Amino acid sequence: MGTLIERYLPAASTYATDIDGVIALVAIIVGFWGVLAEVVLFGLVIAFREKPGVKAQYITGEQKSEMKWIAYPHHLVLLCDVLVIVAAVRVWYNVKQDLPPADSTVRVIAQQWAWTFVDPGPDNKLDTPDDIAINDELHLEVNRTYHYKLESRDVLHSFSIPVFRLKQDAIPGRVITGWFEPTKTGTWDIQCTEMCGIGHGLMPARVVIESADGHAAWLASHRSAAVAAIAPGAAAGAK
Amino acid sequence: MATPIHEHHGEGDHGAHAHDDHHHDPGFVQKYLWSTDHKMIAMQYLFTGMFMAMIGGFMAYVFRVHLAFPGVHVPGFGQVNPAEYNSLVTNHGTIMIFWVAMPVLIAALGNFLIPLMIGCDDMVFPRLNRLSYQIFLLSAIVLIAGFFVEGGAFGGAWTSYPPLSAKAQYNMTPLGAPIWLVAVALEFIAFLLGGINFVTTAMNSRAPGMKMFDMPIVIWMIVIASILFMASVGPLFAGAIMLFFDQTVGTGFFDPNQGGDPILWQHLFWFFGHPEVYVVLLPALGVVAEVITVFSRKKLFGYRTVLFTSFATGLLSFFVWAHHQFIAGIDPRMANVFTVTTVLISVPIAEMMFVYIATLYGGSIRLTTPMLWALSFLIAFIVGGVTGIFLGASGADIYFHDTYFVLAHFHYTFVPIAILAVFCAVTYWYPKMFGRMMNETLGKIHFWGTFVPFNGIFIPLFMLGLGGQHRRIWSYENFPELARPEYYHLRQFASISLIIMLACQFIFIFNFFWSLKNGKVAGKNPWNANTLEWTTESPPPHGNWKELPTCYRGPYEYSVPGRESDFWPQDQKS
Amino acid sequence: MRPIATTRSATGIPTGRLAVWWVIASEIVIFGGLLASYLMHRLGHPEFGGPEYAGATNTWIGAFNTFVLLTSSFAAVKAHEAAQAGDGPTAAKRLLYTAFGGLTFLCVKGYEWTHEISEGYVITKNAFWSFYYVAAGIHASHVVGGMIIMLILYGDVKKNKELQRVELIGNYWHFVDLIWIFLFPLLYIAK
Repeated sequence: MGTLIERYLPAASTYATDIDGVIALVAIIVGFWGVLAEVVLFGLVIAFREKPGVKAQYITGEQKSEMKWIAYPHHLVLLCDVLVIVAAVRVWYNVKQDLPPADSTVRVIAQQWAWTFVDPGPDNKLDTPDDIAINDELHLEVNRTYHYKLESRDVLHSFSIPVFRLKQDAIPGRVITGWFEPTKTGTWDIQCTEMCGIGHGLMPARVVIESADGHAAWLASHRSAAVAAIAPGAAAGAK
Repeated sequence: MATPIHEHHGEGDHGAHAHDDHHHDPGFVQKYLWSTDHKMIAMQYLFTGMFMAMIGGFMAYVFRVHLAFPGVHVPGFGQVNPAEYNSLVTNHGTIMIFWVAMPVLIAALGNFLIPLMIGCDDMVFPRLNRLSYQIFLLSAIVLIAGFFVEGGAFGGAWTSYPPLSAKAQYNMTPLGAPIWLVAVALEFIAFLLGGINFVTTAMNSRAPGMKMFDMPIVIWMIVIASILFMASVGPLFAGAIMLFFDQTVGTGFFDPNQGGDPILWQHLFWFFGHPEVYVVLLPALGVVAEVITVFSRKKLFGYRTVLFTSFATGLLSFFVWAHHQFIAGIDPRMANVFTVTTVLISVPIAEMMFVYIATLYGGSIRLTTPMLWALSFLIAFIVGGVTGIFLGASGADIYFHDTYFVLAHFHYTFVPIAILAVFCAVTYWYPKMFGRMMNETLGKIHFWGTFVPFNGIFIPLFMLGLGGQHRRIWSYENFPELARPEYYHLRQFASISLIIMLACQFIFIFNFFWSLKNGKVAGKNPWNANTLEWTTESPPPHGNWKELPTCYRGPYEYSVPGRESDFWPQDQKS
Repeated sequence: MRPIATTRSATGIPTGRLAVWWVIASEIVIFGGLLASYLMHRLGHPEFGGPEYAGATNTWIGAFNTFVLLTSSFAAVKAHEAAQAGDGPTAAKRLLYTAFGGLTFLCVKGYEWTHEISEGYVITKNAFWSFYYVAAGIHASHVVGGMIIMLILYGDVKKNKELQRVELIGNYWHFVDLIWIFLFPLLYIAK
């Protein structure tokens, strides 16, 4: 059942499978109710088609014996709702409220219309001269826990990595912290998922997840560029 | 204390004569453009709404053809550039909600039906009624004007989030943005004024003998919707004033650089935005209730249950709004509260679905065109409703937010509301409005030609949403996962379905106008229905009845045991 | 030509009164939203009480205007009393007093704003002043609206016609007063 989304996109973070699990649970529950309601609806329309000489029944729906047909399903729906809520809140807490300790922190800056990803560089500390700032590609190491610090330079944007099942809006004037831990190597889409103007669909980015060696090699190849630390402000004029 | 009842001794309410038509025949302008007659005002709203639906539908056609075949020259429009794309999707949504669903379901139906179904001769404040429409018309004109100004129409999504919507340097539509906002604000004023008439007329002008619980459900629903609208739009109206000042004067209500907060707008917007969906849902449910009772010849199952679940839904709807903002940067702990309320609101709505379905049990069901529309509403709305659970569950919404899954969900609720229920209402009350029957064969072809392709549009969009396709994107060419051929096939299937659906609407337009002159003469009560509008001429004369009716029972006494006839009009003494 | 619908009252409540309550209810939600937004801003920005913000409003002028509005509401109550007694001319005169109170309020506000603007406290100065002018401005527009309605009613009421409308405009006016009772502490006292 984890194939609902996985038939389109792999699950590439630790919580992606949790989110897929909630989705699957909801699918089973609402699938049951949806199909049941439709089958009953169709069944009644067929069973009670107009027939010559057969009069309709007079049912007020206000007798106890009649109302129980509504009351029992009603209570069952309530129970199903509780299941859904519990499952959803648990996953939500894990992704959005909890913040496991970070192996590394990256800065993600959104603007009209490009991304800037700042890697902390070999010293693993942000805001030091060896930081690596790249537009439109976020390089990560697999199985490493990252915090992201999300900012916007102008309007609302939203940082979305479908294979992580992650999404977080970026608000100008604030820095929002979140986390993820990639579990698969590969290269996939990063999207902006909040309307941000004419170029909203024109700021694609890619997340590149590599093994420890691969990531180290990437870091090394950027060493020279890293020294000429590109300050975040410099990219502001780029449109 | 002098009350209005004692003011006019000469023509006090004897429950008898409506005011006589002693004045001269009105000219064209007085009759069609300057009327205070609720039926004419209803027609004004109906035709304006249908006209705007064509504009909104055309927009959908343009952007869906573009999405299916990127870069193509769309016939009737041309190539779509990113700015135009944003304006099209923004105004499509805005138009369909504010200038189609609301005017048709609330203002047109409310105006036409309320006096007729409660047995009086007009709305309580006819001149205010006329003013409401005029302000509404002005709002439509202002909105359309936005397309002709320099910089073009606003393109910041129907939700108009600042800072994008607040500063022209970001949205690049310096005139379009404030124009859009003013249009929406005017529409709000029009409906606040309209609500005065709907609520006071339904409360006070009922026929003698008609208790509150004898009113047809559709009237209740329009009243509740008006109250919901009034109680929820205020903060957004205030917010719109603030946004307007940000746009034009340079204040910073929503600008973090000036001490403002963009999230404030979101709260103001969605505090209204969520109840708003019930503002349009409830009248649609009301229409469906009227039609399924008539065409299954059955009493509505649990009239009071329907009412109480409607009140519960309306009340709860004020406590769910931030499910639109789960990942917006609100305190994550708040999200848990809103998940609880949002998932729980499915309970009264599910109950209403059960009650409507139960009404069919034991019926004698005639599948007329209106009945097909009513049943299709239930079939589609069930899908829309259950898919909402995915979005109300915060953990799942992290993935689904801003994807086409959201879009497919709300079209499976909004299309039943704004299209299926509207056609249900029009095909059902057309005989009363125009005195003629619509052609039943054309009606059925139109029904299937709408309902089947509708599913063909949105089922692929559910799948695209599952696949991570995000919203409001001019082109997916830049996103390798989304540019895969299987995704394009889904888009094309959806777009072609839309074209078929739009083409079939011409059948309805033809049927509508052809039947005005050529349809079978309807008579007073072609459907053998109970409610009071069917006891007068078709179309009703000025003043609605020569003698205003008295009400003796509830609206759904169908197939009462021991009676020869399977219906029992409300105004019949025995 | 009034429809019969207007003359009925199935609930026993006069239709005009229902309509005015509806209008007041919708205005409460509008102002409620505005004031709630202001409160949220205030809570998040403690500096709003400072000298460049709320600190610069003139509490004495605000208090005087509060007194003016309360007095005019009292005049509205007396007007209603006269209308209930069937005394149109007296009720009409007292409506004028009420409107005059509104006029005084507006003149004081005009002076107040002129002074503040000349000192540089303009609408774009900071978020506090943006709220100050928008909230008080919307309120003032409702004062103007109320005054206009009173002047329109004056003619009929003086001739003992439509006396029930004196109560209705009075209700509206009390509401306008009430909004000011909320604005006054928020804009003038909380420093």
